[in-house]
Amino acid sequence: MKIMVSIKRVVDYAVKIRVKSDKSGVETKNVKMSMNPFCEIGLEEALRIKESGIGSEVIAVSMGPVQCVDTLRTGLAMGADRAIHVDAPSTLNPLSVAKILKALVDLEKPGLLILGKQAIDDDCNQTGQMVAGLLNWPQGTFASKVVLDKEKNVATVDREVDGGLETLCLDLPAVITTDLRLNQPRYATLPNIMKAKSKPIKKMTPEELKVELRSDIDVIQVTEPPKRKAGVILSSVDELVDKLKNEAHVI
Amino acid sequence: MLRRAASTTFRRHLITSHSRRPIASSSRFIGTLVIAEHEGGSLTNSSLSSVEAASKFLCKDNSLSLLLAGTGPSLQEAAAKAASCHSSISQVLVADSDKFKYPLAEPWAKLVHLVQQQGDYSHIVTASSSFGKNILPRAAALLDVSPITDVIEISESRTFVRPIYAGNALCTIRYTGADPCMLTIRATSFPVGSTAPDSKTSAAPIHQVDLSTFGEDGKSRHIKQTSQDSERPDLGSARVVITGGRALKSAENFKMIEKLAEKLGAAVGATRAAVDAGYIPNELQVGQTGKIVAPELYMAFGVSGAIQHIAGMRDSKVIVAVNKDADAPIFQVADYGLVGDLFEIIPELLEKLPNKK
Repeated sequence: MKIMVSIKRVVDYAVKIRVKSDKSGVETKNVKMSMNPFCEIGLEEALRIKESGIGSEVIAVSMGPVQCVDTLRTGLAMGADRAIHVDAPSTLNPLSVAKILKALVDLEKPGLLILGKQAIDDDCNQTGQMVAGLLNWPQGTFASKVVLDKEKNVATVDREVDGGLETLCLDLPAVITTDLRLNQPRYATLPNIMKAKSKPIKKMTPEELKVELRSDIDVIQVTEPPKRKAGVILSSVDELVDKLKNEAHVI
Repeated sequence: MLRRAASTTFRRHLITSHSRRPIASSSRFIGTLVIAEHEGGSLTNSSLSSVEAASKFLCKDNSLSLLLAGTGPSLQEAAAKAASCHSSISQVLVADSDKFKYPLAEPWAKLVHLVQQQGDYSHIVTASSSFGKNILPRAAALLDVSPITDVIEISESRTFVRPIYAGNALCTIRYTGADPCMLTIRATSFPVGSTAPDSKTSAAPIHQVDLSTFGEDGKSRHIKQTSQDSERPDLGSARVVITGGRALKSAENFKMIEKLAEKLGAAVGATRAAVDAGYIPNELQVGQTGKIVAPELYMAFGVSGAIQHIAGMRDSKVIVAVNKDADAPIFQVADYGLVGDLFEIIPELLEKLPNKK
């Protein structure tokens, strides 16, 4: 079974972002970029499924500007077999990404499509659900455990939901989006980074995939959130209890 | 014939002359659909918040329909309560079928698609709960529109503010696509007004959704649900939240946080580190990828204040931080900070704090 993993290049999770002074967006020039943490977890899961003998091939895909190739190389160094880069503007919305993914699925016919539950830049949490809808595949979102049964052709997925955990059984092929607790992604070793340089990355365009990119959301402005006013450091528990009672009136 | 009329949506009622509740105004009619969750015969708090948010679109010519689905008496009870819970609800749509017994994305997205075809709504709103985030984007893809996640402010009927980059930037966007405009709202940004008995005299009508064209079962099945039974208030809507981080060192020590929460009638939260270390179940994680809270009082013990955690609590009214590291970033957002050992401070607080009212 082929497994396709969608990965996104985003501003590194540890970077303190800066809003541009013209309010057009967030500064991404000269900022450290990395693979979205949830996508790393997705790729790790695909690699583990392959290593367990159920998966045959792991294909990493990414859409966006040419720098996405670096992120795909990272994925190949972790252990993906090959990669596909769809050359597109960096402002793709989740609906366009989902349409491109659907076209790639139609082309490659994987048995499982894995994505992160959300990208840490736009915080949308939409793409996996949307591509599952377009493909009419079942979805297992916010997965913290995935067990595949090859004979019955189903996936059993534990999902992190508001009230606790929910277990679903999905007919394959299916779409799975990863939560933080699914696994601990591996580091790419130096030999694997060297090896990744010779693995193939196929370049495609949305036109070749017959996907029409459409934007139905305009960004009017991006601003900084209101700053909290500076607080005070207290010296004792008594002072804290007093402040909470008589100044903040919260207890 | 009458049954058919009753099962179609409100909008159709206007068009057919057999409407049981004729509406005086016949100008352009704009409808908003709220997808609601119910539990134990009542709407959930976050669903009430989405009604609150949706009522912001309302002017005199539009209506608000509430969609409830599930099966059995608790659904009927929830529908009856929903019909009179908010003055802006003009009708309650009920989809009663075994298919909606569990919140599976496939039948639910299909239901939203079906109800949209019948009602032609301009907006579809639901809360950014794990339920809403699971089904709304799928339904949006079926309708070929871009959804908008986690709206915190509605400026105009198509202009919204939502946080990006873990809440470190606020993005104002305008939806320019086709109807419906679909959004999930952040419940803490649309608090439900004092739910005093509504001034509303009559309950909104309840209609059954016509499911005759719904089709076969989906490709997923619900196996089980494991939930943490807790007598404490719900984390998402609690007035006071007490959070512990990695510094608690063990699940045993975390009980101190629970004791303090009990004393204040507060909900317990945790950082990712505390959840990953197994001190506490994951559904109590506060942050970018966990719950977003905005209580009146947020007390953080042994929490460093990583970007991802701050994202989940920065809108709290009063923030208290207790940490032995005076340079911890949490002190930059705290109103009151106390530098010291939480193993000494918590017992002292337990002694000195007044009991909950």
